[in-house]
Amino acid sequence: MRYRPLASAGVVTALVLALEVSCRAGLLKKSTIIPPSDMAASLWDLLASGVYSHAILLTLGNVAIASGISIAGGFVAGVAIHASAFFRRGIEPYLSAYYAVPTFIFYPVFVVLFGVGSGAIVAIAVMLAIVAMITATLNGMDRIPRVLTRTARVLRMPRLRAALLVQLPATTPYLFTGVRLSIAYAFIGVIASEFILSGDGLGYAIAYAYNNFENRTMYGLMLLIVVVVSVVNASLDILDRRLQARLRA
Amino acid sequence: MDGLEYAARLSGVTRVYGTASGPGSLHALGPVDLDLRLGEFFSVVGPSGCGKSTLLDVLAGLNPPSAGNAEFEGKPIRGVPDGIGVVFQEDASFPWLTVAANVAFGLRENGTDKAEIRRRVDYAIGFMGLTQFRDAYPAQLSGGMRQRVCIARTLVLQPRMILLDEPFGALDQQTRLLMGDELLRLWRETGATVLLITHSLDEAVMLSDRVGVMSARPGQFIDVIETGWPKDRDSRIVAAPRFGALNGRIWEKLRAETMKHMQTQGVAGP
Ligand SMILES: Nc1ncnc2c1ncn2[C@@H]1O[C@H](COP(=O)(O)OP(=O)(O)OP(=O)(O)O)[C@@H](O)[C@H]1O
Ligand SMILES: [Mg+2]
Repeated sequence: MRYRPLASAGVVTALVLALEVSCRAGLLKKSTIIPPSDMAASLWDLLASGVYSHAILLTLGNVAIASGISIAGGFVAGVAIHASAFFRRGIEPYLSAYYAVPTFIFYPVFVVLFGVGSGAIVAIAVMLAIVAMITATLNGMDRIPRVLTRTARVLRMPRLRAALLVQLPATTPYLFTGVRLSIAYAFIGVIASEFILSGDGLGYAIAYAYNNFENRTMYGLMLLIVVVVSVVNASLDILDRRLQARLRA
Repeated sequence: MDGLEYAARLSGVTRVYGTASGPGSLHALGPVDLDLRLGEFFSVVGPSGCGKSTLLDVLAGLNPPSAGNAEFEGKPIRGVPDGIGVVFQEDASFPWLTVAANVAFGLRENGTDKAEIRRRVDYAIGFMGLTQFRDAYPAQLSGGMRQRVCIARTLVLQPRMILLDEPFGALDQQTRLLMGDELLRLWRETGATVLLITHSLDEAVMLSDRVGVMSARPGQFIDVIETGWPKDRDSRIVAAPRFGALNGRIWEKLRAETMKHMQTQGVAGP
């Protein structure tokens, strides 16, 4: 389907307006949900106050670390699995069934291993995110056209150079899909872990506000996460479109 | 290369895919004997699946023969020898590079200096009629133009032997004739030995000094025909009276083989 940025923006605007009107008209109780304009004002206040700066940096830092580990580790693991057809046959069924397992049940194991705090949270997020990158890497390597590898051989390129200058670029579109998924999973993993299991970060701040009936703060923080995730995703999307447009005009 | 008479020689070359004579093994080629004379234009025609690409792989050092000897410039072929250029049957342009970068790729890899790269790339791009597209990406080009990018990329390396596997397969007949002229021009200018695989008899007869006719799989040469054309020929020789006679002679050989191939494929013969 063709991408229509104006239509998408229109849908969001309409929903936000509907919510705003419903709240202002008293159709929705203030204890349930606050008007979007209030959410925005709350977001502004809590950014300006600086009270949540530490939580924001901690969460984004953990997401960045988990994404980095997942992307690099998933790529290396994917290449290694691809190298052995035997190993791959053994492991592939588990990879495809992987996301049926609720990763969060392993939190106690990670707490034992890494202690309470960022270590365990990053570990959960990596567990969630890395398999998407492994799968994307395998997929990309399967789709390297044989004729390109043969071209590298005819040009008498050493294997490592051929891998870096021919095979890697040929897999880039698939790797990029893996990168996007890994970042999305890292966000889910970090924020959900903080929410349920930790005493710090944005996820925890939302849970804390919720438990203390601080609706305004809670919605402000939620809006913050939605905005950050949307900006990250939109940037990756633009990059992806540029790449695709060039590779298959 | 003083005193060298042949660019490449194959003797008793056979290629079996899969475990030798085990279950699922496939005798794709040979035994084949072939002496490619230095600087000649040699075409190979044969029914589909008879092992033409396999033959090219052996000459290019991409695929070792299961039996027999293959040599290039008097030395046994082990791995891809220096001095060989290949244009594959499939599109082999790098989609992430512009036309100019594609053409320059091999030169950058072998450490040619910048000014020389520019000179050769400009020349090859002009020669192949790609000047307008030098900054375009392959995705923006037609299949035929992408194939020209691949030819240019091979050409700039100035190989002493050029192997082409149905490079014009995607083109219409008229464009093929014109591309054939380009190929002849390229061959004359470079002095390289050319081996061209084609399924067009016209193309083979028009371009070549000699045409090798292969049998159905496992492919063997059942005839090698000297055309006797002058070196400065072009596509207009299709009007020469001998053209039809040569074409007829090749078709006579090929007809029986093609029918054999069709029967093994379960297609009803005429
Ligand atoms: N890597 C391979 N492994 C197993 N069989 C192969 C392999 N490559 C080719 N073959 C088989 O060997 C036979 C000859 O193949 P080849 O590609 O050399 O034929 P061809 O004459 O080039 O065919 P076409 O006219 O379709 O290009 C075919 O039956 C093909 O299926
Ligand atoms: Mg072939």
